[in-house]
Amino acid sequence: MILSGWGRYPRLDVTVTSPRAEGDLRAALATGPVIARGNGRAYGDSAINPRLTLDMRGMNRMLAFDPASGQLTAEAGVTLDAVINSFLPRGWFPMVTPGTRYVTLGGMIAADVHGKNHHRDGAFGTCLDWVEVMGQDGIPRRASLTKNDDLFRATLGGMGLTGIITRAAFRLRPVETAWIRQRTIPTPDLDATIEAFETHADATYSVAWIDCLTRGAGLGRSVVTLGEHATRADLPPSMRPAALALPPRRRLRVPMDAPAAALNRHTVRAFNHLYHRRATAQAGEAFVGWEEYFYPLDAILDWNRIYGRRGFVQYQCVLPPATARAGLRTLIDRIAEAGQASFLAVLKRMGPEGLGQIGFPMEGYTLALDFPASPDALALLPALDDIVLAHSGRFYLAKDARLPATTLHRADPRLQGFRATREAAGQARHFASHQSERLGL
Amino acid sequence: MTVTVPPTPVLILGARSDIALAAAHRFAQAGHPLHLVARHPERLETDRTDLQLRHDVPVTLHNLDLLDTAAHGPFLDSLPTLPGVTICAVGLMGEQAENEADPTRAAEILRSNFEAPALLLGAIANRYEAAGKGTIVGISSVAGERGRATNYIYGSAKAGFTAFLSGLRNRLAKKGVHVVTVLPGFVATRMTAGMDLPAKLTAQPAELGEAIFRAVDRRRNVIYVRPIWQLVMAIIRNIPEPVFKRLKL
Repeated sequence: MILSGWGRYPRLDVTVTSPRAEGDLRAALATGPVIARGNGRAYGDSAINPRLTLDMRGMNRMLAFDPASGQLTAEAGVTLDAVINSFLPRGWFPMVTPGTRYVTLGGMIAADVHGKNHHRDGAFGTCLDWVEVMGQDGIPRRASLTKNDDLFRATLGGMGLTGIITRAAFRLRPVETAWIRQRTIPTPDLDATIEAFETHADATYSVAWIDCLTRGAGLGRSVVTLGEHATRADLPPSMRPAALALPPRRRLRVPMDAPAAALNRHTVRAFNHLYHRRATAQAGEAFVGWEEYFYPLDAILDWNRIYGRRGFVQYQCVLPPATARAGLRTLIDRIAEAGQASFLAVLKRMGPEGLGQIGFPMEGYTLALDFPASPDALALLPALDDIVLAHSGRFYLAKDARLPATTLHRADPRLQGFRATREAAGQARHFASHQSERLGL
Repeated sequence: MTVTVPPTPVLILGARSDIALAAAHRFAQAGHPLHLVARHPERLETDRTDLQLRHDVPVTLHNLDLLDTAAHGPFLDSLPTLPGVTICAVGLMGEQAENEADPTRAAEILRSNFEAPALLLGAIANRYEAAGKGTIVGISSVAGERGRATNYIYGSAKAGFTAFLSGLRNRLAKKGVHVVTVLPGFVATRMTAGMDLPAKLTAQPAELGEAIFRAVDRRRNVIYVRPIWQLVMAIIRNIPEPVFKRLKL
């Protein structure tokens, strides 16, 4: 069948099997190299092996919950959506969540995902107590910081290339309400944006939407939003009785592929202008529901279709503190000059590097953009790669669909060591994705 | 919606099937306690934990071989209360070639899909009639709508089961007891894994779980899970026999 990542680029002809038990995994492993796939939210070709891709969503059972520690044990195919639906009404929320809840536990571990609290709490590894990984011998091994810690570190952020993640135990955080106390801060330029992040380093959540089409004095103007889990006492009395209730589900679906021209520099520029003006008018504090705060795009199912049939590519890099300001300025200037409209442009302050051997996050600023998979946009990306390299940045594999191997390895010398680990453990011959082959991982 | 009484327990027969588990999740999500019945119920231990963790409802496991019809009565007596909803997802397809050649196997298919579920549901129906309430859901098959060379042992047993459910519904309609007949077309389950099924005609188990839940809630009589099947089966039923017998279906 034809399969792609969330960006719908590239599309590949793939054999897919849906294992239901560990025996099915062993049978699949015996046939040759495989890659496990969760809910298909990696943007590029991370979770695709044309020879055999394992759709892990059938192995999705919750196995144990400890209300004393908030530790949930589950099979790798369980989605964060299911976890939230079951546990938020009981007063628990994920410790770390990416920008969509339609991801699986296995996928979150493989990408060592980060959220709006990375600057304070770190990436998913922070709340991961242990992970079970099935090696090429068909035996699942439990790995944690105290047992098989090499396997633990290699698997966390290891893009599924150390074996099949079968189950894991991770901690949820107690919350009193399903609401976020949000503070919105519009900023006129890049310096003010960075200033806002640095000033509010103690906020639990912080993220900025950034305008990547404005050059000159307004370059880097943003809307920074900070968030705190609201306590019951924070809420107005009328909201307290249903403080943990899930809001009724309203879902829109993008019914068809948008025409290729729907998102262009003019429509995006207009959107950016309106968005910034609205944020300026509404600056200040508000209570926002967890869905709207953490997962605004999940409300629109199949939103990836707004880029039309050709699909789109995500571009996410992180730049260290010393070079972030200059690097971001150069990146935005180059994007604006090319007139390439990035509908979603997100800037976030990151905290220190995590536990994963090749995990993406490091101290600094991460910028995430998306571009239509058009010839013009794809031609711009190598120029952005060079800017990232020149500013000692690195790239996020879960977003990547097109990086050249040489660029990636120049940006991240840790990958050579990862490859060597995989060779030595015999994993390289049994676990591979279209991405790992393309990038020599 | 106001809830005045706690949701009634749901009895699920043949609980290890993917369709049964999907229905279990949907009813548990609405707060119904579950009694799951299967041979080797210990193999459902992980699913039981999953259901309890996800939905915060009590789930009990029960061992019953439906072919042991003498055990039906004692089993029903052993339940703490009479569950308000019974879902029967018992079924065994087998391989047509084997079913044709081996009468023992054919008898097993006929008994598993018709005799055993009909007798157990009949016993439950009598108890529901006495109580003046209850809902029975029988999962039959479109294979029972017309016998085909590739599937008629299984299909004829399902035809019998469909007729049994229809008669039961007719008998109990004025007694406060409701009977739902579910005619799934293709469903992506372990039973059909590896078959080359057309995507537009193939439902996911969760779709069935939702459809069964809604059918119970709205007291529907006969449901096809994907509406297209109503059309497909209307065509298949109406092909004249002289033509039909020459078709490869």
